Amino acid sequence: MVSIPIQHGLFLAIALFLLGLIGVLVRRNLMFMLMSLEIMLNAAGLAFIVAGARWGEAEGQILFIFILTLAAAEAAVGLALILLIYQRFGTLDADRISEMRG
Amino acid sequence: MEITFYIAAIIAVVATVIVITQLNAVHALLYLIISLLAVALIFFILGAPFAAALEVIIYAGAIMVLFVFVVMMLNLGKETIAQENQWLSSRLWIGPGILSFILLIELTYLLIKGGSGLAGAVIVEPKRVGVALFGPYLLAVELAAMLLLAGLVGAYHLGRRVDKKEQ
Repeated sequence: MVSIPIQHGLFLAIALFLLGLIGVLVRRNLMFMLMSLEIMLNAAGLAFIVAGARWGEAEGQILFIFILTLAAAEAAVGLALILLIYQRFGTLDADRISEMRG
Repeated sequence: MEITFYIAAIIAVVATVIVITQLNAVHALLYLIISLLAVALIFFILGAPFAAALEVIIYAGAIMVLFVFVVMMLNLGKETIAQENQWLSSRLWIGPGILSFILLIELTYLLIKGGSGLAGAVIVEPKRVGVALFGPYLLAVELAAMLLLAGLVGAYHLGRRVDKKEQ
């Protein structure tokens, strides 16, 4: 289809990754931190697809599939943990959870 | 025709900015789904239709729906929105914003200096991806299956109800 310079695609991947990183650093709610992690994983997958499209190889999409698998497993376990944390501590505040004992 | 990539890229970035600054969790998730759909469109433009379909089906269709379910289950109401409003002050964004901006400038400089090439000239159809997955990358597929099994068992174990006498 269309061809774009690889720098523009990688720049978009970097911008999305840094936005996710800012989200992880700033937000205190665990749910939003998990969402920002998903943004970062998606940006990394975009970088792989852009690189694969530059050489016209299938490896970019293959690695993207594995990143997707990893993101799915991590999201499932992370959300189960969030549910447990909410049941036990009653809050999703990352700062409060680190101060409680037992 | 290249304008389609840039429009989709701007939509993805704007939606992501709204996600990380949003107070309401469900609104943030909806904007995240928009960002994922924009990235799927970019995959399609770059000649990776299989990855675009997988992004829509698995990422936006399964993982984000899982997020929405958990947010609905947690039932974070109005007091959470007020709490988020209290936590997010403008001066919180300055530190990570500046550091990330420096990173962005640095990476952009490396990108401009680095190699060139055009992405998206060749469409890599699903058949080639499938042949490669069943060929050289078979071991990685098996390992990914084991990872999914571990995730499944972990999520099931973490999510089961514990009887009172077991505690």
